[in-house]
Amino acid sequence: MIREDTEIAVIGGGLVGAAIAWGLSHAGKRVTVLDEGDNAFRASRGNFALVWVQSKGLGMAAYAAWSVRSSNAWARLASALKDETGIDVAHQRPGGLMLSLSDSEQERRVAQMRRLHNQPEMIPYPYEVLDHARTKALLPDIGPQVAGSIYCPLDGHVNSLKLFRSLHASLSGRGVAYRPNRPVETITRDTMFTVAGPWGAVRAEKIVLAAGNGNARLAPHVGLDAPVRPQRGQIIVTEKAKPFLSYPLVTVRQTDEGGVMIGDSLEEVGFENVVTTEITATEADRAVRMFPMLAGLNVVRTWSALRVMSKDGFPIYDQSATHPGAFLATCHSGVTLAANHAFDIAPQIAAGKLSDDLLPFSARRFHVPQAA
Amino acid sequence: MFRRLPEAAGDTVAFTLNGAQATARAGDTVAAALLAAGVAYCRTTPVSGARRAPYCMMGVCFECLVTIDGVGNRQACLIPVRDGMRVETQQGARAIVAEAHA
Amino acid sequence: MIRDVEALPASVEVAIIGAGPAGLAAAATAAGLGLSVLMLDENPNVGGQIYRAIAANPVKDHALLGADYWRGEALAQEAAASAAQHAAGAIVWSVSPLDGGGYEIGVSMGGRSRIIAAREVMLATGALERPFPIPGWTLPGVMSCGGAQTLLKASGLVPDGRVVIAGCGPLLWLIVWQYLNAGVAIDVVLDTTPRANWLSALPHMPAFLISPYLAKGLKLMDALRARVRFVSGVEALRAEGNDRLEAVIYTRRGRPYRIAADTLLLHQGVVPNINLSNAIGCRHVWDDTQLTWKPETDAWGVTSVPGITVAGDGAGIAGAEAAAERGRIAALGAAQRLGKIDATRRDREAVAPRATLARFLRGRAFLDVLYRPAKAFRVPQGDTLACRCEEVSAERIRATVPLGAIGPNQMKSFLRCGMGPCQGRLCGLTVAELIADVRGVSMAEVGYYRLRPPVKPISLGELASMPKTEASEKAVVRV
Repeated sequence: MIREDTEIAVIGGGLVGAAIAWGLSHAGKRVTVLDEGDNAFRASRGNFALVWVQSKGLGMAAYAAWSVRSSNAWARLASALKDETGIDVAHQRPGGLMLSLSDSEQERRVAQMRRLHNQPEMIPYPYEVLDHARTKALLPDIGPQVAGSIYCPLDGHVNSLKLFRSLHASLSGRGVAYRPNRPVETITRDTMFTVAGPWGAVRAEKIVLAAGNGNARLAPHVGLDAPVRPQRGQIIVTEKAKPFLSYPLVTVRQTDEGGVMIGDSLEEVGFENVVTTEITATEADRAVRMFPMLAGLNVVRTWSALRVMSKDGFPIYDQSATHPGAFLATCHSGVTLAANHAFDIAPQIAAGKLSDDLLPFSARRFHVPQAA
Repeated sequence: MFRRLPEAAGDTVAFTLNGAQATARAGDTVAAALLAAGVAYCRTTPVSGARRAPYCMMGVCFECLVTIDGVGNRQACLIPVRDGMRVETQQGARAIVAEAHA
Repeated sequence: MIRDVEALPASVEVAIIGAGPAGLAAAATAAGLGLSVLMLDENPNVGGQIYRAIAANPVKDHALLGADYWRGEALAQEAAASAAQHAAGAIVWSVSPLDGGGYEIGVSMGGRSRIIAAREVMLATGALERPFPIPGWTLPGVMSCGGAQTLLKASGLVPDGRVVIAGCGPLLWLIVWQYLNAGVAIDVVLDTTPRANWLSALPHMPAFLISPYLAKGLKLMDALRARVRFVSGVEALRAEGNDRLEAVIYTRRGRPYRIAADTLLLHQGVVPNINLSNAIGCRHVWDDTQLTWKPETDAWGVTSVPGITVAGDGAGIAGAEAAAERGRIAALGAAQRLGKIDATRRDREAVAPRATLARFLRGRAFLDVLYRPAKAFRVPQGDTLACRCEEVSAERIRATVPLGAIGPNQMKSFLRCGMGPCQGRLCGLTVAELIADVRGVSMAEVGYYRLRPPVKPISLGELASMPKTEASEKAVVRV
């Protein structure tokens, strides 16, 4: 049976856990990351690799600002990882687009963006509504069915697999103990936290719950609440092609390695991470209507992953009042928010207190009755 | 380098290989036709530009990818060669070109 | 023969994927019992790999290919004479359950796809050659023995120039024999059978001696010894050359030897092709003697997923004759489940195939143990490529295990191995064995890639043309 002591135990080795562990390590803390095994659900393995701002925050202006902040800090994270590991995570921010395949779709999307920007306390960021012709100026290969698009210069993308590899290489190089096959079952506290499972236990002065959908079960152990549920998304990946798409779209992007990724879906199906033909056919159909010359490109794989979705879709950052030293971080945009997790959340956890700026993200928001 | 057994009978099929005239035997797959024609490699890889040639001849290795009648990344070992087929070896990742669709 | 996607039946009782010995026997048996049957195969003709081109072989001299090959003719004729339909050039890219029972199958023919339905699906997709990752194995001029055999059977093509054949297993000896019959000059046969295997195989010798394999084996070995130069106990292999193969370096008793070569043919056994059974979600078990994964099946070939059966080498390597019998048995099981025959008749008619199957299974253990490939040829080192598609080397995979890639799915997301079009067919076993080697754990613990459809690439346009629903539109469009 394992018995280890550490300063901070991060529960969850996905993008949220790894980015926070990275930041904690930079803050001089001794960190142990506890992760599950090869077959875990791992929302982090299934992401579209977008570093995305536009359309986020309808219902919570603070989330829009939080996303902008992370997008602005991302280059710094990429640069630090490159310096530490030699791995270039191919972060690019050429701006991104959301395409519409009909006038009514475009109208609805534009209306949504307006509502988003009209929210009280909203800090506006630049975006442009483009018609077909102006979209074509940016994307010469679009098909006639593209009615228009919304462009935002703050949107970008990254190679998320390289990001993951680079984070882990950095953690390893910095002496962070990464422990796979350590599923956590119980968390108790006396003078220290004891995080335990069938493999043994780790004792830590502080803990960070970054266990994705597992947070729902673990949070109550430390007097916290993490109302998250799995929400499935399916993605198509094509064979490698010569570069043709220099902007990421919210549903179509070409990776730095040449493959084209196409998505995505939002499905409430519990923990079923299968792939279905209807969904991938619908995604493929829209992609081909956006870029007709993609029709001949071969699909080499598809995958589905379970997002970690909170009740309102916004992140939850919390620290426990009943179990001081226990923190919680969960979101469904682990790539976009990686910079904030590394540069903001981690140092705040190291210092022992989350900033008051993060209060809108506390799960207490779910207990406040909505104003009529 | 492959040669045809004298006892292997069959009609001749004429196709073009990288623009030049070539022949094969009816019933050959495009991969077999390429090997019979003495082609040194059928593609260079998108990852490193390394040369590759057919390896498994049964559709599982994906090394024999060539462009047939303008369509790239076709598994040559699964496609029977036909008269007039245009076969081209490939360099790197697939070029996306607009193709006519029914 | 159905050659056009429009001509496929919209639904059948049993869809059989694969027209090799298992598929042919199953199709004939099932159709004979009154089931509506569709056999789908990606090749232009029936026969699978072992009986490739059986119906249209250019090599007219029967003796050249050997008597075993021609056994396939009877099977092909039996299936052709039955009411089973056959779709040629049909690539099955997905099999998924239908609400209310049965399965929908995504089929691509000539670049166009269609979904058809079947109450039961039989996977008879057979085997593929075990990867043989040696330095330089991706060089033009290096090919698998099975690939070379296909060129011989289907096109009457044989290698010219200097030929080296390396590896172990019955198929290796078969092609050497076929080549000698065809007048191919083989420079050397490099036998990688580990010496220690002879001792381990001894306990299985009695069963082998009374099996059908003995006579075949003896006849082959006899014919070969005098006619070809052969080196046994080869411990290491390397293929060298700039843009194509120029030489083969082999090591024996610790000493390296270099031989100039134009063609190197590699073979170290075959393994079940599990991509479709994996993508469907069938449970698989690790067989440590055969060093392969195979789907869990019951006595009728039924997997852990109801309505999905596996017959033939895809259920576990046992050879063509055993495959045909397993096909018949699986067909009988399906016929009973679908109400065409009762259990009593099913059991009665299964007696003969089971007896023949037992005869052909006898003696396999000896072959399995004798030809169990050496670790050195399964678990590479250094810059030898483990994943050919994404060009990932053994040393990178080894170095990534301590970073957190403790299984093949994590390794895939760290290094991209398994993300290429072959979907792990040529790298899955190697990657998993590398991880097992570094971690010091069993293959059963390491696991395998989790695969999803399409199990063969299809174009975006084809996928886009598949049926969509209002629910799928809402889940994707969301505005």
